[in-house]
Amino acid sequence: MIQRRAVTTTLGAALIGLSGFAQAQQAQEIYIPLVSKGFQHQFWQAVKSGAEQAAKDLKVKVSFEGPESESMVDKQIDMLSAALAKKPQAIGFAALDSQAAIPLLKKAQAAKIPVVAFDSGVDSDIPVTTTTTDNKAAAALAADKMAELIGKSGEVALVVHDQTSRTGVDRRDGFVNRIKSTYPNIKIVSVQYGGGDQLKSTEITKSILQASPNLKGIFGANEGSAIGVVNGVKEMKRNGKVVIIGYDSGKQQKNAIADGSMAGAITQNPVGMGYKTVEMAVKAIKGEKLPKVVDTGFFWYDKTNITDPKIAAVLYD
Amino acid sequence: MTTGDNPLTTPTATTAAATPDAPGFSLKARLFRPATRQKLLAFASLIALMVFFSFASPQFLQTDNLVSILQSTAVNGVLAIACTFVIITAGIDLSVGTLMTFCAVMAGVVLTYMGMPLALGIAAAIFFGALAGFVSGVLIAKLKIPPFIATLGMMMLLKGLSLVISGTKPIYFNDTPGFTAISQDSLIGDLIPSLPIPNAVLILFLVAVAASILLNRTILGRYTFALGSNEEAVRLSGVNTDFWKVVVYTVSGGICGIAGLLIASRLNSAQPALGQGYELDAIAAVVIGGTSLSGGTGTIVGTIIGAFIMSVLTNGLRILSVAQEWQTVITGVIIILAVYADILRRRSSNKH
Repeated sequence: MIQRRAVTTTLGAALIGLSGFAQAQQAQEIYIPLVSKGFQHQFWQAVKSGAEQAAKDLKVKVSFEGPESESMVDKQIDMLSAALAKKPQAIGFAALDSQAAIPLLKKAQAAKIPVVAFDSGVDSDIPVTTTTTDNKAAAALAADKMAELIGKSGEVALVVHDQTSRTGVDRRDGFVNRIKSTYPNIKIVSVQYGGGDQLKSTEITKSILQASPNLKGIFGANEGSAIGVVNGVKEMKRNGKVVIIGYDSGKQQKNAIADGSMAGAITQNPVGMGYKTVEMAVKAIKGEKLPKVVDTGFFWYDKTNITDPKIAAVLYD
Repeated sequence: MTTGDNPLTTPTATTAAATPDAPGFSLKARLFRPATRQKLLAFASLIALMVFFSFASPQFLQTDNLVSILQSTAVNGVLAIACTFVIITAGIDLSVGTLMTFCAVMAGVVLTYMGMPLALGIAAAIFFGALAGFVSGVLIAKLKIPPFIATLGMMMLLKGLSLVISGTKPIYFNDTPGFTAISQDSLIGDLIPSLPIPNAVLILFLVAVAASILLNRTILGRYTFALGSNEEAVRLSGVNTDFWKVVVYTVSGGICGIAGLLIASRLNSAQPALGQGYELDAIAAVVIGGTSLSGGTGTIVGTIIGAFIMSVLTNGLRILSVAQEWQTVITGVIIILAVYADILRRRSSNKH
């Protein structure tokens, strides 16, 4: 029993420490929680850092949360509902599934809490604006670059993070549709899904290479997929023979581009996305009129422009 | 299913009596039974957490937030009940999360693709849950595949099937009026407007009561405990242990079907990629609630308290805006402490 009591006491002490923290944060005035689609990936960390930068500039308080994986729709709903319970002045939200979030968004609307959608947005009229990347157009640009690099003919493959999320679907379709519509001599031999997991994507890449000895190029549709493709090509000793195009940035991807193992990649502007989301939320609180969509942009980057200040500013490690 | 006999006089009663869950004779004896004490400790921890969060944040104790906590417990609670049966037999079920999703997808097939009435969709979810549970049971009992491996295989198989059947897209229930009411509406709230408890929670409660009766008042329950305490002895006493094991996994699968309905109704869609990882939350709730992974002991009430501890903790840390990295660390610590407290409790009760 004594040990048990010791356990309880330690726990109690830890929680009291936390409560001090909680009290401190309630003193702030304007509070804007961001409920994101993810948390652990460097991309989301970059969105978070942009949001925090805006919070500092605009003198508001933000928090940033997202589920462990993009399939956990219900966990995200729980996060949104906890965020609303805190009675914030505005909220930033990147829906994993718009429909599932509608009841809560209606509640936010009823409570006059403006919702700023970000990343893939929310399929509804409730958000006051959406800050987003046009993923289809970005992936189509990747397809153009791929075509250019392989001489507009040959076999290519895609390693995509998943087949249910908006970004997975848009990037796949953006790439595939552009190839089909514009480059009749390029054949897409395989589209595979690795969950954005580097190791799984590596294995997938190796099996694609095994099956297609003449493969000329692979498009990795997010950070984890792209790194997996680079690793797979290396392990199969096909570097130099297969053109790799990635998506987003991160230290490993930047290194791969610098050393030539990756031809180039599409980068979104995650820092800008986080910043704009908070900025728009603050404008909404002040009652300013907002555009329906705020395009945060995308860029092609490769060895030649990776150190260009304009590009370097949107890349993250 | 009920035999009507006093459990203490039936042949399997020796095993049942050895477990802490055999009905006791007096209130005093009941209160001091180890399982009861664990329940009381778990319940006290839950109350302590709630009191702490109430003081730490003015937003915690508001009706809206309490309703969100209840709502977020429903799915994990029902999955944890399903796991409780299997874990009491000293088995494990890693497939409950993806099975839940599979059942949601099957409800989607019946309701959205085939346009059948709501009742058939509900029946389909529970039927396919029970069917998958039956398959797991046969793999384990008849083919002697260890439960960990058999259900790991089922976990992947079901995840894949859900993706194949749904064409990897969410199936929406917009054409089935009343489907979202299963989780989201509030029958209690209609009667008592100040208590807007969502139906999902009512269903969790009903499933818990039914599961408790099944575990404590029927022959199935007695064999569930007996299988976990000493399977060999039960088999030697002439009981068809394989048959009962299959029954336990089938029942557990059917309960997962109910969880599938709850989550699909809450999201107004069957999300085929969801589910993996949910089994671990369910197992954590079961273990926090005092059910031993080595089998033979466990209660539904404990499991429900375990599920509430998990969701109160998650919600409370969010309300306090604790950084997400630290939320995960704290949850891990709490699970370890809860199980360690249980071990200490067992050790001290063995001395008496």
